[in-house]
Amino acid sequence: MAKPALTGNRIRERRAVLGLKQADLARKVGVSPSYLNLIEHNKRRIGGKLLVDLARELEVDASALTEGAEAALLASLRDAAMGQTEAAPELPRIEEFAGRFPGWAGLIAWQHRHIAALERTVATLTDRLTHDPFLSESLHEVLSAVTAIRSTATILNDTKDIEPEWRERFHRNIHDDSLRLAESSQALVTYLDSSGDAETTLASPEEELESWMESRGYHLPELEAGETTAEALIAGAGELTSSHARTVAGYYLARYMQDARRMPMDALRDAVGEHGLDPAALAQGFGVDMAAVMRRLSVLPAGEGEERLGLVVCDSSGTLSFRKPPEGFPLPRFGAACPLWPLYQALSRPMAPIRSAIRTTGRNPRRFLAFAISQPAYQAGFDSPQVFEATMLLVPESRAPLPAGDPLPVGASCRICARRRCAARREPSILAEGS
Amino acid sequence: MGKHILVIEDEPNIIEAIRFILSRDGWRVDTHSNGEDAVEVVKRTLPDVLVLDVMLPNKSGYDILKELREAEDTRALPILMLTARGQTKDREMAERYGASQFMTKPFSNAEVLENLRQLVGADT
Repeated sequence: MAKPALTGNRIRERRAVLGLKQADLARKVGVSPSYLNLIEHNKRRIGGKLLVDLARELEVDASALTEGAEAALLASLRDAAMGQTEAAPELPRIEEFAGRFPGWAGLIAWQHRHIAALERTVATLTDRLTHDPFLSESLHEVLSAVTAIRSTATILNDTKDIEPEWRERFHRNIHDDSLRLAESSQALVTYLDSSGDAETTLASPEEELESWMESRGYHLPELEAGETTAEALIAGAGELTSSHARTVAGYYLARYMQDARRMPMDALRDAVGEHGLDPAALAQGFGVDMAAVMRRLSVLPAGEGEERLGLVVCDSSGTLSFRKPPEGFPLPRFGAACPLWPLYQALSRPMAPIRSAIRTTGRNPRRFLAFAISQPAYQAGFDSPQVFEATMLLVPESRAPLPAGDPLPVGASCRICARRRCAARREPSILAEGS
Repeated sequence: MGKHILVIEDEPNIIEAIRFILSRDGWRVDTHSNGEDAVEVVKRTLPDVLVLDVMLPNKSGYDILKELREAEDTRALPILMLTARGQTKDREMAERYGASQFMTKPFSNAEVLENLRQLVGADT
């Protein structure tokens, strides 16, 4: 764990490098030596003219004294303190704490990140245990073999007057079932072994595609510039291990390029600068549908210090077909998401755009502005069924003002949502309320 | 003559073990291993009690249970559901569709006998 550098520490270190005495530096910037001492020990916040003066005397840019690890550490500490009701940490003294005890502060920040990672792993594994058809079948096979062996062994042990032909038959059954149990257990272990890290366990072609796009930051500038082809990109993508995943990636990239041609990245940046992250205004400006704008915005690289946008797409059955999770809102791996998502509201109101402020449940709730719309997945004829596809863009609160009123509380999925009194709850949660 | 029981389960060795212990206990045992025509078999044989596995080939035990509860002649039939999962959700579904009892694999022979005797009101 790297020791964080706070503003006071940086000023002190830089002054030492230049061989300046504390009293001399204090005099040059017009403060008392004792006040500078408090600043150097992170007991006073500085900014404005004093920061600029200090930076000038220390011959560095002001940002070099304030940005970087300090901001990240303080953000982590604040994040750890949010939603904490039992310990009641003294938030106004957070900078003093980080300055006086940088090692302990770093430890808290690291533990907070570690707990969040473990919670994601638990959510992933729970999701998998509930919805992974292979795992469900494997466990059924193992438990059925165990049941047969237990039942038969009990008969052999407890029945003193068992006929020889029955005894022989049950011995044979136990032998067969023990072989079956060995095979099914081995298959299960191999499956779990090959899964490896829960975070990288990919069970579907869509997950392979999402993993690949995640590794690329969801943006493919070389494809948009015509420097490569979709086929070449897919062929070189190590994450796309199955032929199904490469097929799905082919469909995805065809649509990606269609969106890119209609909304070139530079033009999109300019339009966002003018209209903000407003899918309706952008759709009108480019003359495209709103779902296309949402998809295109989701691949727009986030600027320095900006939180990234999220995107979720589902088909008419509600099955999630693409997920790009925003920061602080883990999305379920399989289909069983929260029924309260605006995505599903959109599915029940085709072609009607929906804008809704939402708040995630559980520890460290985050707020987002959600835009959603459901549109025909393809142009159906008169006698064919009309299939819809819903798209939802998730904009973090830091990047879009939320409308007045309480945001709608939503979860990732019922199994890992602690909100007990919820009209939409489909199944019990594994979490206690408030966890 | 003992009580008539129908066991619908697709694991042959589980069927054999259940058949053995129930026969020794004085029950008249019939078995079936396919979900598709299970409802017809139950209606045709009309046992005193039914043991029904949840995971069956071609048709789920829950679907069979639902159909049986909707039919006049099997609405009140005592039904013991078997599952290899045992999750809260399974138990809730079994109760919602009208199962009389619910058992999770791996179960013991004594549990099977005790539950079945309770269902038909026999002395234990």
